[in-house]
Amino acid sequence: MSEMKIVSGNFAAAYGAKLSRVEVVAAYPITPQTEVVEKIAELVAEGEMDSEYIKVESEHSAMAACIAASNAGARAYTASSAHGLALMHELLIWASGARLPVVMTNINRAMGPPWSVWADHHDTLAQKGTGQLQFFCESNQEVLDSVIMAYKICEDEDIMLPAMVVEDAFILSHTKEPVEIYDQELVDEFLPSYDPDYKLDVDQPLGFGSLGMPDWYMDFRYKIAEAFEKAPDKIMEVNKEFEEVFGRDPGGLIEEYKTDGVDVLIVTMGSISSTSKDVIDELREEGHNVGLARLRTFRPFPVEEFRKLTKGVNVVGVMDRSYTFGHGGDAAREIKDALYGHRDVILKDYIVGLGGRDLTPKILKNVMLDAISLQDKGLDKEIEWVDLKINQERWRR
Amino acid sequence: MKTLSEEEVFRIVIDPKDHRDLPRAVITDCPSHLMTKTGSWRTLRPIVDLEECIKCGICWKFCPDVSIEVKEEGAVVDYDYCKGCGICAKECPVDAIDMKKEADYV
Amino acid sequence: MIEIRFHGRGGQGAVTASEFLARAAFLEGNDVQSFPMYGVERRGAPVTAFTRIDSKAVRNKAQIHEPDIVIVMDMALLDAVDVTAGLKPDGKVILNTDKAPDDIDLGVDNPMYTVDASSIAVEHRLGSKVAPIVNTAILGAIVRATGVVDIDTLVDVVRNNAPAKKEENAKATKQAYEEVRGEDIE
Repeated sequence: MSEMKIVSGNFAAAYGAKLSRVEVVAAYPITPQTEVVEKIAELVAEGEMDSEYIKVESEHSAMAACIAASNAGARAYTASSAHGLALMHELLIWASGARLPVVMTNINRAMGPPWSVWADHHDTLAQKGTGQLQFFCESNQEVLDSVIMAYKICEDEDIMLPAMVVEDAFILSHTKEPVEIYDQELVDEFLPSYDPDYKLDVDQPLGFGSLGMPDWYMDFRYKIAEAFEKAPDKIMEVNKEFEEVFGRDPGGLIEEYKTDGVDVLIVTMGSISSTSKDVIDELREEGHNVGLARLRTFRPFPVEEFRKLTKGVNVVGVMDRSYTFGHGGDAAREIKDALYGHRDVILKDYIVGLGGRDLTPKILKNVMLDAISLQDKGLDKEIEWVDLKINQERWRR
Repeated sequence: MKTLSEEEVFRIVIDPKDHRDLPRAVITDCPSHLMTKTGSWRTLRPIVDLEECIKCGICWKFCPDVSIEVKEEGAVVDYDYCKGCGICAKECPVDAIDMKKEADYV
Repeated sequence: MIEIRFHGRGGQGAVTASEFLARAAFLEGNDVQSFPMYGVERRGAPVTAFTRIDSKAVRNKAQIHEPDIVIVMDMALLDAVDVTAGLKPDGKVILNTDKAPDDIDLGVDNPMYTVDASSIAVEHRLGSKVAPIVNTAILGAIVRATGVVDIDTLVDVVRNNAPAKKEENAKATKQAYEEVRGEDIE
């Protein structure tokens, strides 16, 4: 029987791993991920979860252990955050090159210095080039759902790539809300056991990950590009199946919130999407023709979907909860990339909420009103840093 | 030491033409050593004097390439794979192994 | 939507109180959220915990800046923490103290409710005399003062979820419900 529990995002991730019947968990603790692996350790110790739990000495080792386990045909799981994720960097790329469906949870936390434990998307987005699929969650339910879904998507023979399911530090990880914990049998129906084509097996020995000479390396990489091309459709296919089995839409590629025929489209990722929906409702009641696109899948980037969604839209206001030391935020850049040559829109990039800066409905409303105002005045600046000490008054009134 | 024949090796891919023929990642047939007989890299070859050999197994323990084995008759070198590093000759406690010029045996 | 803020000290059960209240509200058909002030914690340090309750979906995930209800679990916090910061004009304050509501001056006009939760906790042997665990008691007082959930639902939640001394905790909740004083309580 499925059960409603009031749990934190961290516990939801742990239950997601449990319901996915992960066989190997290797992880190293870091705030604010620690409860994910503590909960899993508890479930394993109590015999509620049949997994091999490997205590490793660093996040780099955690991913190494998961890679080995996955290569041996086991469903592997890990979790991390910020500096821990950064430490895994080398092996995140390895897992992709090796085509191994390791799924991990990352708790989105700011990178130091300044030292911070609070919500920020920098850590995940700094890894966007590692070949991992990336799913941004808005609620604890979605965290649980996404772990299960990620295994189904990633273990598909057309994909065979690793994934990270990400949730905002504290806002989801440490906040308790009602979550439906599905019946194990229902999940088993949806997610079969992991059975790869080739694996480490003493009875049928093979070599994994050896030399790729210049005359073949590129062709192996092309196969990954093909998998990424197939991924959006695969995600939607699995999304549909998930909805049929569990009765809820886990979010797909982009969640379209009141976007039909809008003039202004606001784009968000992660938990601010949730707060933003209240604000969208308020603005629409005040007569503004505005809607919200919640970017749930960042990798693969849903290029086609964005092109479709922006038909007839005049302004796209993108909220980036990250600054990856370049020209503005990542989501805005990727959207511009997708729309180049396809749509002529006014696009403004709002850098918001870095390092856990609280994004109140008031601030979000002011951001959206600013985007709305661009329809008349045109683009004033490409990149806007919102709620800095220097301009706080403007965004908080 | 068992050496599989060409037929016994589990082949993943035979003569790939393009990316479509490749496995999902670099996964290689095994044992891959079948395709690369490292014995051809040798410039010096170990010769065992079977009468001197006391079958202690030290050469086998030290060989980095699994290319010498103690059999009924004494230490036997697998010349398909021995790279001629000379460690067995150095370690043999009774000096039963000599390193000779490979060119003289070809 | 109702936004509630708890002020306690590490180890007094402020976070658990915020969770129990959320649980009770959820059982009554509401959507809920509960979370601690985000950051690093240690025993003895001020702890702030929050609960949001709404009959429709709670989508707001920002922090709570303007609570409807504030709870002060330890009067000694008044020096270190501005417990009434952002309190709504008609917001209620529930305090753990043996003083009467009229004797409380926090510099605001808001209605005050007081209950000696520490004594109730000690009476039921919850925690120690020096460090009583006052959360289950204070929850009873909150319900009487605000009606945010039904007392029976709350008592059940306390009884079913208290890690130990389930009956004692439930009794503490009920006793505080009876003993809390405030302007609109007979």
